[in-house]
Amino acid sequence: MTIYITFSHSLIQSFKINKVDLLRFITAGSVDDGKSTLIGRLLYDTKNILADQMEAIERASKSRNVGEIDLALLTDGLRSEREQGITIDVAYKYFQTPNRKFISIDAPGHIQYTRNMVTGASNADLAIILVDARHGVVEQTRRHSLIASMLGIPHVIVAINKMDLVGNSEDAFLEIAKSYQELASKLNIKDLTLIPVSALNGDNIVDRSVNMPWYTGETLLSVLENVNVLKDQNQEDGRFSVQYVIRPQTDELHDYRGYAGRVQSGTFKKGDLVKILPSETESKIAKIEFGGNEIEEASVLESVTILLEDDVDISRGDTIVSLSSSPIVSQDIEALICWMDDKKTLKAGNKYVLQHGTARSRCSIRDIEYQIDINSYEKLDEVDSLKLNDVARIILRTAQPIAYDPYQKNRANGAAILIDETSNVTVGACMIE
Amino acid sequence: MSISVKEVSDISDQEARRSAPDYLDQLEAEAIYIMREVAGQFERPALLFSGGKDSITLVRLAQKAFAPGKIPFPLVHVDTGHNFIEAINYRDELAEKIGAKLVVRYVEDTIKAKGLKEQTGKNASRNWLQTFTLLDTIEEFEFDACIGGARRDEEKARAKERIFSFRDEFGQWDPKRQRPELWNLFNGRIHKGENVRVFPISNWTELDVWAYLKRENITLPSIYFAHERELILRDGKLLNNTPVIEPDEYDQIVKRQVRFRTVGDMTCTAAVESSAATLDEVIAEITVSRISERGETRIDDQQTEAAMEDRKKGGYF
Repeated sequence: MTIYITFSHSLIQSFKINKVDLLRFITAGSVDDGKSTLIGRLLYDTKNILADQMEAIERASKSRNVGEIDLALLTDGLRSEREQGITIDVAYKYFQTPNRKFISIDAPGHIQYTRNMVTGASNADLAIILVDARHGVVEQTRRHSLIASMLGIPHVIVAINKMDLVGNSEDAFLEIAKSYQELASKLNIKDLTLIPVSALNGDNIVDRSVNMPWYTGETLLSVLENVNVLKDQNQEDGRFSVQYVIRPQTDELHDYRGYAGRVQSGTFKKGDLVKILPSETESKIAKIEFGGNEIEEASVLESVTILLEDDVDISRGDTIVSLSSSPIVSQDIEALICWMDDKKTLKAGNKYVLQHGTARSRCSIRDIEYQIDINSYEKLDEVDSLKLNDVARIILRTAQPIAYDPYQKNRANGAAILIDETSNVTVGACMIE
Repeated sequence: MSISVKEVSDISDQEARRSAPDYLDQLEAEAIYIMREVAGQFERPALLFSGGKDSITLVRLAQKAFAPGKIPFPLVHVDTGHNFIEAINYRDELAEKIGAKLVVRYVEDTIKAKGLKEQTGKNASRNWLQTFTLLDTIEEFEFDACIGGARRDEEKARAKERIFSFRDEFGQWDPKRQRPELWNLFNGRIHKGENVRVFPISNWTELDVWAYLKRENITLPSIYFAHERELILRDGKLLNNTPVIEPDEYDQIVKRQVRFRTVGDMTCTAAVESSAATLDEVIAEITVSRISERGETRIDDQQTEAAMEDRKKGGYF
C-alpha cells in the first residue's frame, strides 16, 4: 500500500520566508593570501558549517598536524587538491543569512590556473580580491583585478587580509588602498570597496573588528548582503535566445508553436513588437507563458515561452529582440579572448565552432591583433599564437551572422565560447567588443 | 587622501531588495534553462528518476520547461532491487499520471547476465553495481545525455563537477579534464558513444529542494515523513529491517519513529529519528539540523575521504 501525503493550499500560504535573493561571488587570491580561510571564516561565523563537516575537518586537521582547525580544508574537494593543499578547480560553496543566499565560487589564484578563474568569474556578480597586508598590491593582485574587470564583474571588494600581522595599522591599510586605487583607475571597475580584515581572527568578516576601531566602513558580510545586483542587469535591451520550439501536436494544441528560452536582458510584454534575428522578420508577441500558464511580462533571466502572432520560421539559435533596440548583426567580430586549451595553440587561420547564446556557427580566426600581458597590462604586438591562459584581442569571421551586443554593455549577449571541432572541448572564452 | 568607505547602503538599494526576484524563482529559471538546453542540444536524452525528492523536483522542472507539451524524454530508473517499495510505487504512479515514458532496468539482470560478483558481508551494497546497469542502459537506448538530480552541496567531489559533465565512452568522469563551463553557455558537443550527465539543480541546497517541493505543492512518497517502522540498529545507524539486509549478532532490531532524508538503496540509506510528519515540520527540522544529508544517512560515502570521487571516475552518477 502506498500512502501519499498531500499539502493543502492554506499550509503553503502559511509558509512565509523573507524575500531572499541570490548573490554569486568569486574569491581570488592564492593559497597564501588565506582565501580558503576567508571562505571558511564566512561559513563559520554565519553558522553555515554543519556538525559532521566540522568533525571531518577537525579529523583532517589532526591527521595533517596543522595544530588548530584549518578552515581552509572546507573548500578543497578533490583528492589531489587535498594532497597538494591547493584549490585546482573551481569549487562552489553554498551558505545563507536571513537576507540572502550566497553561491561562493572558489577559483585558484596561480597564473597556471587563469582559465579556472576566468571560468569562475564569468558567472559572478561580485569579486573578492585578497591582498596580503604584508605584501600589498602584487603581481597577482593586478592579474586578478584585470580578470574581474575584463569579465565585467560589477562589484569588487578588495579584502586587505592579515591586518593582524601589520599591527592592525591604519597607515598600512591606507597605503595599500591608495596603490590599489591607482591600479583600479586603469580598469573598468564600477563599484569598489576596500576592507581591512583578518580572516584568521574573524576581524571585519562577519563581526566588526575591535582591533581596528579606526575602520568605520562595512564588514565584508555586510557588503555581500547589501550589494544591489538587480541594478547590474541590462533592463533596457530586450534579448531572447530561442532554445527549443515547443510543438505538442496534439488535437487540442494542434497549431501551438511556443518559443522556449530565457530572457537575457530587458523585458518582453504581450503586444510588444519584436524582430527575429538573423532573418530580420518582424512580428508581435501574442502571448507569454510560464509553465503552461499565461503571464503578463517576462523580465531578465526568466525562463519563459513566447508565442508570436505570425507564423514565422524560427528555430533554435535565433534571437527574438525588442524592435526598439537592435543588437549588432555581423559576421565580423572583434573580441577579447582567454585561451583555455593546454594542448593546441590558437593561430590566425584556425577554425572553430563559436557558441553565442544558443547559436552555433563555424568561424575562422582572422588575426591576433595584440596580446595583453595580464600582469603588466602591456600590449604585445606581433604575436603569432596563443597558448593556455593567454589573453588577447582577436578578429574572427563567422559562417553565419551573429546578433550580439558589446560584452561590457550586455554580459549575456556579448559572451561566446570557442569549441574545438575535433575534440569538442571548450577552448576559448570570448568577450565581444 | 581620502578612501571612500561605505557606511550603509542607500535607500534605493533597500527598495531594490523588495523588488528583487526570489531565490527559488532564480534557481527554477536556471534549472528550466538547463533542461531546455538538453532538449535543444541532444538527440536522445533521458531523465534519471529514482522516486527520490531530487528527481521528483527534476520532473516538476521538466514539466514546467516543456508545458503545455509533454516531457520530450523518458524517465529512466536503475532498480537495484533494494529500493523502498514506497518509492517504486510512487515512480510508477507519477510516470502514468504525467504520461511519461518510463524505462526500468534491473541490477539483478545485469548481475545474472554478466556473472557479476556481489559484495558480501556486513554493509554489502549494490550501489557500485548500479554503474554497470546504468552504462548498459545508456548503450541500449543510445542515450547521449542523462539528467540527474545531484547537487553540489551534497558532497565535495560533486562541488567540483560541471553542470554539463562530460563522460567518455566508458562513462568515466575525469575531474582533471573537465571542460571549462562559462556563463550559461553549455557545451554538449560529443562524439558517438560518449555522453553527458546533466545536473540542473547543481546550485540547489537540500533546503532549497524542500522549499520548492512545498511551494509547488508536490506530493512525496510517505517514507519522507515520520512513521513508525521496524529497523536494524547498526553502528548507531538505523537501517530498514528488510530481507535484503542480514542482521548479525551485534545488530539490534528496534522499533522507532523515523523518516528518511534520502531514499536510495535500502542497504546504504539510514533513517533518522524524527516526529516531523508534514513538509513544514521537515523543513523546520532540517533548518535547525546540524548534520549534512549524506553525512547523516549515506553509509556509502563514509568509507574513505574520496569515496564519491572514486565512484564518479568509474561512471557513477
